[in-house]
Amino acid sequence: MHNLFIGELAERLKNRQISSVELTRHLLSRIERLNPALNAFITLTAERALADAAAADARLKAGERGPLLGIPLIHKDIFCTDGVKTSCGSRMLDNFVAPYDATVVARLKAAGTVMLGKSNMDEFAMGSSNETSYYGPVKNPWDTGKVPGGSSGGSAAATAARLTPFATGTDTGGSIRQPAALTGVTGLKPTYGRVSRYGMIAFASSLDQAGVFARSAADAAAALQVMAGFDPRDSTSVDAPVPDYSAALGQPLKGLKIGLLREFFDGLEPRNAALIEDALNIYTGLGAETREVSLPHLPLSVPTYYVVAPAECSSNLSRFDGVRFGYRCENPKDLLDLYKRSRGEGFGAEVKRRIMTGTYVLSAGYFDAYYLKAQKARRLITDDFRSAFEKVDLVIGPTTPTPAFDIGAKMNDPVLMYLNDIYTIGANLAGLPGVSVPCGFVDNLPMGLQLIGPHFAEAKLLNAAHQYQQATDWHRHAPRGYE
Amino acid sequence: MSLTRQDVEKIAHLARLSITDQEMPVYVSSLSSIVNFVDELARTDIEGVLPMAHPLDGQHQRMREDAVSETDHHEKYQRNAPAVTAGLYVVPRVIE
Amino acid sequence: MMRDWEVVIGLEIHAQLATQSKIFSGSATAYGAPPNTQANLVDLAYPGVLPVLNARAVQMAVKFGLAVDATVARRSVFARKNYFYPDLPKGYQISQYELPVVSRGTLKVMLDDGAVKIVGITRAHLEEDAGKSLHEGLAHASGIDLNRAGTPLLEIVSEPDMRSAKEAVAYMKKIHTLVRYLEICDGNMQEGSFRCDANVSVRLKGEEKFGTRAEIKNLNSFRFVEKAIQYEVARQVELIESGGKVVQETRLYDSDKDETRSMRSKEEANDYRYFPDPDLLPVEIDAEFIEAVRKTLPELPDQKAARFAKDFGLSAYDAGVLSASRELGAYFEAVVAGLSAGHAKLAANWVMGELSSALNRDNVDIEHSRVNPLQLIGLLNRIVDETISGKIAKEVFEAMWSEGKPADAIIEAKGLRQITDAGAIEGVIDAVIAANPKQLADYRSGKDKLFGFFVGQVMKATAGKANPAQLNDLLKKKLGGGGHA
Ligand SMILES: [Mg+2]
Ligand SMILES: [Zn+2]
Repeated sequence: MHNLFIGELAERLKNRQISSVELTRHLLSRIERLNPALNAFITLTAERALADAAAADARLKAGERGPLLGIPLIHKDIFCTDGVKTSCGSRMLDNFVAPYDATVVARLKAAGTVMLGKSNMDEFAMGSSNETSYYGPVKNPWDTGKVPGGSSGGSAAATAARLTPFATGTDTGGSIRQPAALTGVTGLKPTYGRVSRYGMIAFASSLDQAGVFARSAADAAAALQVMAGFDPRDSTSVDAPVPDYSAALGQPLKGLKIGLLREFFDGLEPRNAALIEDALNIYTGLGAETREVSLPHLPLSVPTYYVVAPAECSSNLSRFDGVRFGYRCENPKDLLDLYKRSRGEGFGAEVKRRIMTGTYVLSAGYFDAYYLKAQKARRLITDDFRSAFEKVDLVIGPTTPTPAFDIGAKMNDPVLMYLNDIYTIGANLAGLPGVSVPCGFVDNLPMGLQLIGPHFAEAKLLNAAHQYQQATDWHRHAPRGYE
Repeated sequence: MSLTRQDVEKIAHLARLSITDQEMPVYVSSLSSIVNFVDELARTDIEGVLPMAHPLDGQHQRMREDAVSETDHHEKYQRNAPAVTAGLYVVPRVIE
Repeated sequence: MMRDWEVVIGLEIHAQLATQSKIFSGSATAYGAPPNTQANLVDLAYPGVLPVLNARAVQMAVKFGLAVDATVARRSVFARKNYFYPDLPKGYQISQYELPVVSRGTLKVMLDDGAVKIVGITRAHLEEDAGKSLHEGLAHASGIDLNRAGTPLLEIVSEPDMRSAKEAVAYMKKIHTLVRYLEICDGNMQEGSFRCDANVSVRLKGEEKFGTRAEIKNLNSFRFVEKAIQYEVARQVELIESGGKVVQETRLYDSDKDETRSMRSKEEANDYRYFPDPDLLPVEIDAEFIEAVRKTLPELPDQKAARFAKDFGLSAYDAGVLSASRELGAYFEAVVAGLSAGHAKLAANWVMGELSSALNRDNVDIEHSRVNPLQLIGLLNRIVDETISGKIAKEVFEAMWSEGKPADAIIEAKGLRQITDAGAIEGVIDAVIAANPKQLADYRSGKDKLFGFFVGQVMKATAGKANPAQLNDLLKKKLGGGGHA
């Protein structure tokens, strides 16, 4: 049952071959058995899940239909869930019970999904390995000595381990696509503004975007269908019609122009490059045309990101001050002590490092040299993509430079860690949609193929990913012990 | 460029973060390497380019009607508060 | 010593905009609600929440901009001003920095001596108010009430154009008048809806560059503004003359001690790290929006004053006073309308004189005046038709004010009707003359001044009711003789 795709599950639920409660019980027992080795959850909501499932079964019984009605999921613990602990992977919010639902949570709830729990993540989504979580690292189901990637590592690992059909995530610099690649699942980061950020705890407001992990592009399309759309509570959500993503999956790729990002292939590890070559052959076989395109300013993207994201985070995280919610230090001697110790003790090392980086680049005398310069570079990178999309429909390349690395390998070298995001950050800076799909293995670890499209090209992107998955079975591989 | 301990102390104060003496050297070196890394930007000449603050560049702010849509839930909201008295959030005395 | 020093003052006025809901959330802005009952998730800066801009606040800012002939920015940007303070839930204030909605305006201000001064308005920007820290009854602690957090503010920043505390107050009063005319702020200073920071510096007369300024924060009355500036000027002059240096700092005015003192606590970490708020996009205001707002502009104080001067032949000063508030102007116009042509000046004198002093004395505002326009018209008509003299009218007005009865009733009850019957007046004159032979002789021998004595005696005898003009003529005739007046 746990290997079925969302479409197959929906079919069986509709035909009453299985009930949502049975499905939920099955997954809860898998979680109980398999999660201890993975640490993919911060909070399990078993009773809530069974209640949701019973409600969904009632709706199904009443004849109601819906692509996600009765389908279980996991929410990244960055999404506020009314009445449920929402920690964002931080000691700061270890005691925090959200009094409201994020828009993404509310929409998925209304669609009849079943919340199994809240997934582990890098603290405040700051990390590429899930090692910065206050709740300990998440292990990669393909090799528990390896990281699952981050920041949405729990959602990725749980989806790969067949503990859930799908899971929500957020992607600020690759936090969906990179862990999707490292755990062998499909990860979609929509266009900035496509999905509401309301109720999603902010890391970097101009980069954050909610998305989804699933085991196929088709499943991701079904989830996006419910998540996408304008939200009056989010001034940066775009009021544009939401196409029927599932209906768009049948399009043949004949004549589709795919751009190879030269900068992505320069110095790419040969075995990684070979997998991308294989994928390109599949696409040309499906009738797509490939040509090389260049993003000359891409080399600036990582330093640009590591100015913009910390700058915004240093301000976004000022609200965690030990006054209205969250961690407060023991008997502060005065107001300054309350602030400094509550934040010093409540935040982990990487979060403090980024807050300080951001404070520095915004401070008097450095603003122009760093923050303003980064904004200029951001336009150049965005313009590079724009001109690329005048020549091609989509661009393609690897999602990550390497497969999953050892836990602890990069923890004490932040810059080395930041370079994991080199292929994913560009899409965030430009606000573009991107998807990572499994495309093979290096050292028995999954690798991801990344497709990036123009703004609001999710349908085209998902169709291209879907066609690839029709022609390959990489997305069907399950880690040993989780089949 | 690399940061001194004094730089980091000043930044930590601005950001209201207590940093222990043991942690301090680690932050001085890691922040220095990060600043070195992003200095690549400071070194590249991209003058005359219009700064881009947001991916929705060119779009403008939507406005809502002036209407009261909220009701009082302070008790629910204050359940997360570390210290409350008579509906007020309590902090060490604010001196002006 | 003040003679060779020049005072330079610029004001930053914070006017709370009279919207129903907050600038970035749907919470009510009503004053005086129980603590934190008007603070929703957005106002409390709960994790995950986002701001959505209130259109009315923007319209009000534009309305102000049009009223001071300012430039309304087609594109303005909200920025974050970052600092930690318990009344600032997000750890930053959403304000406008590089691109404010309103810039480069001017305001005509009339000074006490009737002279007009043009004060430049550098900018007016939209921002959110902070909450309040309360200390009463909390040992070593403060309580935070965030009901006020997120209330829309228009911060109006003047050029350093004022040269005395009096000028500063005159400017502040004019802005106060204007925002109430525009109905964008209730102007209630007790409730903090209208407050002011003053940037004060001194320099030697003729000196080109400005001296170092001190910013005096949160002055919430015209009197405090005046006293705080006077104190601060004296402090700075003394400091410099005794060889010291003024330091740029924020100071607080203590109205009990009548002094300003340094507020270092807020100074120390004064690096606000402004940057564009990524949760909000640039605000675009097109010509259509501006024209729609322009249609809502009322007659402005200066326009009203000009009309009063022209239509009613009032002096610029009187016209200025009578247009100082919409309500006063309306009262005055109602009275003029009720009188026969040519008596506007009479109405002006009474509204600015008896009425205003009665209002001030019992401090009631004009909407609640105990003598309404119709009642005042009733009184003034009795002066016009000579039923009573202006002097008696004052007595009648007092009675109307205290007893709330119409003029005629009081005139009848007290029998204050003027004596216009010549015979009756002559009778009294004869009696007075007969009773004062000595004065009569002296008068006739040339002591003209004694004429006033006889007038006084007759008025005394008639309890002031004799028609003054008639009395004059008759008395002259009767005294005759030496009366070569
Ligand atoms: Mg100011
Ligand atoms: Zn202000």
